[in-house]
Amino acid sequence: MVEAEDLEERIREGVNEVSHIVVKDLTGTKDHWEALIVSEAFAGKSAIEQHQMVYAALGELMAGPVHALALKTYSPESWAKQEG
Amino acid sequence: MEDTLQERIQGIIDSNDVVLFMKGTKHFPQCGFSATVVEVLRRSGSEFQDVNVLEDPDIRQGIKEFANWPTIPQLYVRGKFVGGCDIIREMYEKGELDAVLSAKEG
Repeated sequence: MVEAEDLEERIREGVNEVSHIVVKDLTGTKDHWEALIVSEAFAGKSAIEQHQMVYAALGELMAGPVHALALKTYSPESWAKQEG
Repeated sequence: MEDTLQERIQGIIDSNDVVLFMKGTKHFPQCGFSATVVEVLRRSGSEFQDVNVLEDPDIRQGIKEFANWPTIPQLYVRGKFVGGCDIIREMYEKGELDAVLSAKEG
């Protein structure tokens, strides 16, 4: 289990340049999460590299406390297109 | 991770065009994310080798270090790590997965 604020903080610290982030508890059990993250740091990176950056930021949280993490990662540019 | 495990994983990946490391089997997936990727592969009409990590704790841990990817399932196509559930589903929805699955060697 982990709290939304802790997830958000770890992602902000680890990924940096996060301009928008939404963390959602999918099951109410604090171990199945979804995170939507917009960061300049994702620009020019493949989906795998973007997700690996998030996993690296969360480190040991991914080895137990977080059972599942659905990720939606965007650079500001692709997020604007998505929103537009 | 000791070499023998690394070699074992590499061997599995090299000896099958499409390999899915998953929880459960293609006929009895035991996790929603694994079941999603099995379904996507079925719809793509792609043959694949399933590897049930629940029956092999070494592979279950080793594959995470192998791909620097902490979750299961993991899809490999022609020796290359393609992604986990989110990425495979997104590629399928964007119509990008077929190109990867059918891409000929070299």
